[in-house]
Formats: sequence, structure tokens, C-alpha cells
Amino acid sequence: MLSINDLHVSVGETEIIKGLSLRVPAGQVHAIMGPNGAGKSTLSYTLAGRSGYEVTEGEARLDGEDLLGLEPNERAARGVFLSFQYPLEIPGVPSLTFIRSALNAQRKARGEDEVSAPVFLKLAREAAGKLKMDFDMLKRPLNVGFSGGEKKRMEILQMAILQPRLLILDETDSGLDIDALRIVSEGVNAMRAPHRSMLVITHYQRLLDYIKPDVVHVLVGGRIVASGGPEMAHDLEKNGYDQYAKVPA
Amino acid sequence: MSLMKALSTRDASLLPGRRTEDWRWSDLKGVLRVVPGPSPAAEAPAASSVLPDLATDNEIVVVNGRADAFGFHAVAGLPRTLRLRIVSRADQTAHQGVLTLDIEPEAELTVIETYEGEGSGYLSDFSLAVSIGENAKLERIVVLDEPADAISISQSEIELRPGAMFSQTVLASGAKLQRHETHLRHPGGGSEVRLDGLYLLGGKRHADLTTVVDHGTADGVTVQLTKGLAKDQARGVFQGRIVVEEGADRTDARMGHHALLLNDGAEVDAKPELEIYADDVSCAHGSTVGSLDEDALFYMRARGIPEPEARALLMEAFVGEVVDRIRHEGVRAAVHAWVSAKLRALS
Repeated sequence: MLSINDLHVSVGETEIIKGLSLRVPAGQVHAIMGPNGAGKSTLSYTLAGRSGYEVTEGEARLDGEDLLGLEPNERAARGVFLSFQYPLEIPGVPSLTFIRSALNAQRKARGEDEVSAPVFLKLAREAAGKLKMDFDMLKRPLNVGFSGGEKKRMEILQMAILQPRLLILDETDSGLDIDALRIVSEGVNAMRAPHRSMLVITHYQRLLDYIKPDVVHVLVGGRIVASGGPEMAHDLEKNGYDQYAKVPA
Repeated sequence: MSLMKALSTRDASLLPGRRTEDWRWSDLKGVLRVVPGPSPAAEAPAASSVLPDLATDNEIVVVNGRADAFGFHAVAGLPRTLRLRIVSRADQTAHQGVLTLDIEPEAELTVIETYEGEGSGYLSDFSLAVSIGENAKLERIVVLDEPADAISISQSEIELRPGAMFSQTVLASGAKLQRHETHLRHPGGGSEVRLDGLYLLGGKRHADLTTVVDHGTADGVTVQLTKGLAKDQARGVFQGRIVVEEGADRTDARMGHHALLLNDGAEVDAKPELEIYADDVSCAHGSTVGSLDEDALFYMRARGIPEPEARALLMEAFVGEVVDRIRHEGVRAAVHAWVSAKLRALS
């Protein structure tokens, strides 16, 4: 379970997250919806440990363990997976090399044996097959020259192989057409499991038609201003975020 | 040139330095106030310390400037490999060596030229003259692996006949001052030349890769890719000049130089030059100096890869392009291993 208590985050001199609290029990999918500038990306980068996002107050724990004092790679080894809005291109590093390095680094950090090349190839081949990805694509440098949909599918493939405990999807729907959105959503839904928490961060309700959340939170001005059931997403789509704009600070 | 004369007369004032345009970033006069005395003769170490596992058909060893052969003559027939070991076993002394390579028409040779430094504070000056006959092929791989306090200058003059092919990859790990020069007269007429380079520098090391290609006749092709990494207070220098003379029409020449500075104290100086006096040519050059992509680093770390390993992966990917262009498979594998070891020291 992810629990965030009274989190305050500044970027440079500006406070972006202003006392955010949130609990995502294992097995649940929570959506965070909010307008531009509400702090959605700041929240996901802070949880993943990007430098430049300074936590001035509060805490974030995964299954009781403090995340905020850990390096990004240590968080990953403990099961945090941030799916990037715009996955990076890494020229010269084949996708297979990248994912295997990540898997083995995580396993090593957890004190587990590394996965041998043949075992890894089998794993990758199966995962790619389920996502209907051309296996040859995995031999190409990571994300270089991939379409938006292919990049997102590569993220899902990484999730499927790395098997994280906490999935953070940052605007996963951006840049996807309907077909790509469906495939990516199916991939995410297949990751739903009793021991896994998911945080789906999005501006639009569209993604939530495909990935059905248990709880929807509204993030405005750096804090959660309302929480409710899945129907809240439709209400936001219809009535917009303005209704929350004047919530007293 | 003046270096030869400076060494023979031991007159340091004759050394090239930053007031000489071509030496302004490799200030030999500045690092060498006194010309050292001559190096004594020495035995060659039995096995090479650089690319030790690479077997070749032939071997020439030059120790402290003294060669066990005047040169090498490659004849047509099966492709052959030659190891050329330029060994310095000297302390605070200077030596000069000269050698010729003669590649007959239709012959095919791969030369692995390793600069092996065993002493300290030496000055090595080595010159190689190469002639490549009609339709002959030469691939030259140069690995400069010398002590941090050495001064090492190597120069080569390459002559090609029409239809000949020449490919070169120079890999430099730097020294107090390390400079590798290639001067090449391009015969045109469909001949292809590839001149690649890679420098991997840490500490206070300096490496200078300088090339001059002269296209004198039409229809010549030259491709050039040099990459470099500089860390700590290291300094990388790339000087590439391509001259396309009057009448050398339809010359196709491409030069690229790309370097990464791994921290603030490191420095890279680049001077890519194209001088074109012919018509209907296709020439381009580009030079970039940047740093490791921080966004890519974060992405890799967010997937669980610790920072040193992520940096090493990015560096390896960056320089891999140059190593992958080496045609000889065995040499390419040996060079990959050498590069990986140097990268580990830099990450």
C-alpha cells in the first residue's frame, strides 16, 4: 500500500504540492485528475525520486517503508514504477539490454540471483507476445524512432517484466490514438493484482473509460480537494475543474 | 618538421607550441621546457600489454625508436594481419622511430598498431609512411595506451593509388600530451577513405587527434567520425581538415566530431575545416560538445539501474558507434574490451 501524508514539494522557490495526503491500498487503482499546473507531474516525479523536486514536509511510504530518502533506483528495486508521459529515447542501448540491466539491477538490490540471458530472452519473448509486439523491435535502441504508441507499449512491456508493486501512470494517454489507447489499457489492466497498487494520473476522463479506477481524487492547487467513486470522472468531464478552483487555502 | 630538429639538436626553442596554429591546443613547448636526452636501447616485453589476446600473422616491434625491421611489404593474396608494437621503455628520455608500410596492388592488410608505454616521463616520436597500391585495402587500428606523464607524438603520411581503400580507427587514452596526426593524399577515382577516432580521457590527460585529407582529383569519398569523452581536468583536441583542390569535382566528404564532457573541469577543443576549391562537391561537417543526458539518466535510474551503471551504459552507447565501424571482427572485439575497461575507469 502507498500512503502519502501531508506532502509538500517545491521546485526551485515555488511550492507546488501543498499538503497532499493519499492512501492507495494494495489491489486498488486510484486516479488523480486535475487541471494543468495542479501538481500532477510533480507528484509522480517526487514519488520516483527525480532531482530538483524538494520535499519540504511530509512523507510517502510504500508498505510502511519511507520512499523519500531513497535513490530512484532503490525505489525501483522496492517496486516503484513510473510510466513516463514521454518515455526517453536511449540511442545505442538496445531495448533488451536496457530491460535486462534494469531487471538484474533490481534483483541484485533485493539480494536475488540475476537472470541469465537465455531465461531473460524467454521472459521477454513471452511478454512481447502478449502485447502483440514485434520481438525484433526489442533489438533496436530503446524507443529510438518509435511512435508514441510503440513507446507506451514498451513501457507496458517493462512493467510486465519488472513486476512492480506500485504503478504510477503519468498521463499515459497523451499522444495515443484510440487503438493504441485500447492496447495500452489492456496491458495495464492485465497488471491488476491483489498485491499491486496503481496511481493513474490524468487530465482527461477518457483513459478512465479503459482503466476503471476504484477511487478518483481531484488534485487542484497542490492538494486533494475531493475524492469519490468512478462516477466523479464523468462529473469532472462535464463540469470541469472550476468548481474546485475557489476551495479555501 | 621542427620536432625532429628540436630532438636532434636538443633545442627546446624549436618545439612547436601554442603560437603555431596547428599546435595551439597541444602546447609541446609549454610542457617540455628541456629536451630530454636519448633513450637507451631496451628489450621488448614478450607479449603486448595492449589488446594482449589478439593474434596476428606478422609482428614488428619498435622499442625506444629501434625497429626489428625496416618496414613491411604486403603482397596480393589472402588478407593478412600485422601487429605493429610501438613500445616505450624509458624514463625521462626521448626516442624517435620511423617505419614504412608498403601495400602492393590488390593486397589486403589489417594493421593493429599499439602504443605501449612502460616507463615514465618519456618523449616518443614515431613516424609511419604508408603507400597503398591500386585496388589494395588497408584497415589500420591504432591504440594509444600510455602513462599519464608521457609525451607521445605520432605522425603518418598515407599515399593511396586509385581504387585503393583505406580505413583507420584511432583510439586514444591520452597522456601528458598525446598527439596522433594523419596526413593523407586522396587519389579520387572512387577510392574510399574512412578516418575515425575515439578519445577516452580522465585525470589530467590530453589527447589530440589531427587529420589532414587532401583531395587532389575528382570522385573521391572520405567519411570521418570522431567521438570523445573527457572527465576530470582532461582535454580532448580534434582538428580535422579536408581540402578539396581545384578539379577534385564530385568529391564526397563528411566529417563528424562529437564529444561529451563528464564534468565541469574537462575541456574539448575542436576545429573541423573544409577548404573547397572545386565544383559540384558534396561536403559536410558537424561538431558537437555536450554532456550526458540527465533525463535519460533519470529514466534509467527510475527503472532500477544505479547511477554509475547508467552512466557507463550511456557512455558505452555513445562511443560504441565508432568501435562498431571497425571491419575486422577479431580486432573489433578486442577493441571493445579495451574500450570497456577504459570506460569503467571513467564511470
